[in-house]
Amino acid sequence: MPWTRTYRNRDEFERAFPQNAGVRGLAYRDAILEATVELMEEDSRVFVMGQGVDDAGGVFGTTKGLHERFGKGRCIDTALAENGITGIAAGAALCGMRPILAHMRVDFIPLSLDQIINHAAKWSYMFGGRASVPLTIRAIIGRGWGSAAQHSQSLQSILANIPGLKVVMPATPYDAKGLLRAAVKDNNPVIIIEHRWLYDHTGHVPEGPYTVPIGKAVVRRAGKDVTIAALSYMVYEALLAAEELKGRGIECEVIDLRTIKPMDTGLITESVKKTGRLVSVDTGWRECGIGAEVVASAVEGAFGSLKAAPVRISLPEAPTPASPALEALYYPGKKEIVYAIEKMVRAV
Amino acid sequence: MEDLLQKIPEETLKNIYSTMLRIRMFEEKIVELYPEQEMRCPVHLCIGQEAVPAGVCANLHAMDYVFSNHRGHGHCIAKGSGFKPLMAELYGKSTGCSGGKGGSMHLIDTENGVMGTSAIVGGGIPMGVGAALASSMRGEERVTVIFFGDGAYDEGVFHESFNFASLKKLPVVFVCENNFYATNSPQSARQPVCRISESARAFNAPGVCVDGNDAAAVYRASREAVERARKGGGPTLIEAATYRWKGHVGPEEDFEKGFRDREELIHWKGRCPINAFAERLAASDIISRRDMEGLARGIEKELDEAVAYAKKSPYPAEHDLLSDVYADNG
Ligand SMILES: Cc1ncc(C[n+]2csc(CCOP(=O)(O)OP(=O)(O)O)c2C)c(N)n1
Ligand SMILES: [Mg+2]
Repeated sequence: MPWTRTYRNRDEFERAFPQNAGVRGLAYRDAILEATVELMEEDSRVFVMGQGVDDAGGVFGTTKGLHERFGKGRCIDTALAENGITGIAAGAALCGMRPILAHMRVDFIPLSLDQIINHAAKWSYMFGGRASVPLTIRAIIGRGWGSAAQHSQSLQSILANIPGLKVVMPATPYDAKGLLRAAVKDNNPVIIIEHRWLYDHTGHVPEGPYTVPIGKAVVRRAGKDVTIAALSYMVYEALLAAEELKGRGIECEVIDLRTIKPMDTGLITESVKKTGRLVSVDTGWRECGIGAEVVASAVEGAFGSLKAAPVRISLPEAPTPASPALEALYYPGKKEIVYAIEKMVRAV
Repeated sequence: MEDLLQKIPEETLKNIYSTMLRIRMFEEKIVELYPEQEMRCPVHLCIGQEAVPAGVCANLHAMDYVFSNHRGHGHCIAKGSGFKPLMAELYGKSTGCSGGKGGSMHLIDTENGVMGTSAIVGGGIPMGVGAALASSMRGEERVTVIFFGDGAYDEGVFHESFNFASLKKLPVVFVCENNFYATNSPQSARQPVCRISESARAFNAPGVCVDGNDAAAVYRASREAVERARKGGGPTLIEAATYRWKGHVGPEEDFEKGFRDREELIHWKGRCPINAFAERLAASDIISRRDMEGLARGIEKELDEAVAYAKKSPYPAEHDLLSDVYADNG
């Protein structure tokens, strides 16, 4: 299926689809914009808020032109007041609107954790289901060029720990559009974490409405020897690793988690029952991270099938360094995945 | 002597001029070298805003604390940081002021009272108030200056921190560098009353708005604020109106990108804080044009040395990736 493939940019996409045989390629950033435009056209309750959403850059192009199309009343530039603005968006959601709040960086989410964790996430349960907060929050992971400790964090596991929140991390343009649509239609607070390095990635994105279900992972590549459960940008690295390992006689099954909370543990255990081996690949840190949850789900659900101890690939236990020399050591990728899997398979 | 410069000692005027020039030339060196792509970190330049750090820090001692933000090169230079550790930090080298781990947005110089710059907007403000709390608890005659932007004024944490500082009469001066933009958002799109200094009244503290391109005016306003703070009179909110010439981040101008008008930039370039000050100093025979040129040559040489030092310094070693995550308990 064309939408399970993704290409680093339009050139790669067009080389793969020379005639474009009815397959429309769209970059990840444009898929987000298109989903937003379609949602705003369909539903007058939908509006966009955030710092710089109406400026010429438009949050790396993902909100570009919305203010011209829908007016500044539905594309609201905000002050630098993350907690307050999050609460304002949550209140509007509580009272009938469908706001999409955009953060240029995941790192600004910590400023709004009170409204997210103590308020938006709790409203349904705390009031016995009599109210809910259908709020969508977008946040972008930065990486590279010395972004350093405060501008490149992957904080999904903090959010995934909170009942009442949903957290999705689309890895392809198709999913970016479909999950954003699903998030806005969901009656709960949903956080979408996007990776800046995916923004140029191009893949098939159909015009018009469709949703990708929240809570469902997907097999991006089938294989019998090892399960790789990856998320966001690391899905791409995992697919590269799987391709390389194929040449070395190892067949990897690559699962794109897509939703971090609630996690599709069924698909993970099903795959591990087949392969007996599991590697998780996360954009975040290891301790109490998403990888720990992935491994726990396999241990709980496929204990008897495991042929080797699962491996977690994640960031080193340190904040992001600025120096290019350290940054180069900081991020794992294809190489680390290949190494870990070869070691794991050979050990048996 | 010109009226406006009155009561400012000649030595101080010279220092302020020299500091502004040091900041401008440091930033211009970055503009010159950034295209080499060896400084691999985002840089937020303060060209056009030099009068604020220079005028404020001329009132401070080395022991006084400074807190600053993502646009912090000028604050460090004005507080006495040397070019070498700053430049080396921009190059990601182990000899940098943060060992290469911070980059342009995360500078520190504890010996000169710069306690670290935060790139989370507003993040340094409560830490600065905490520094003032610490010195007041210890009975020190130390003042803390917090530099922040008009964007940081949007943040709730500014109001929370200013309230506490005023309540406890802490020795701290809040210096808002109002350059009228937070990235590309104009102040008027974020604030209903574009007069930040007036909010001080709500906290029963003095607030003043000064021409942030007039180093003498900045100096005078901050002298009063620093003296008041040192004597136990509590915080002051200084709003210094100024303008950044470059884009929010990076070495280029941004009007072509549709963020701001070219006319606005031209207007503010015509109000260059350094040229204006130089003219006044020359007209009052405080520094001759020749001495100014000599000063610039000296700074240029110092900068070239700093760049050479940064370039030949080693990168952090592999084991540094995991060092410093926790402080030693030794
Ligand atoms: C809490 C937070 N929100 C948003 C950002 C993104 N950001 C970085 S600098 C900046 C603008 C800050 O404006 P201002 O405080 O006026 O300082 P200036 O850049 O004008 O010197 C923004 C929005 C951030 N770093 N931190
Ligand atoms: Mg500003």
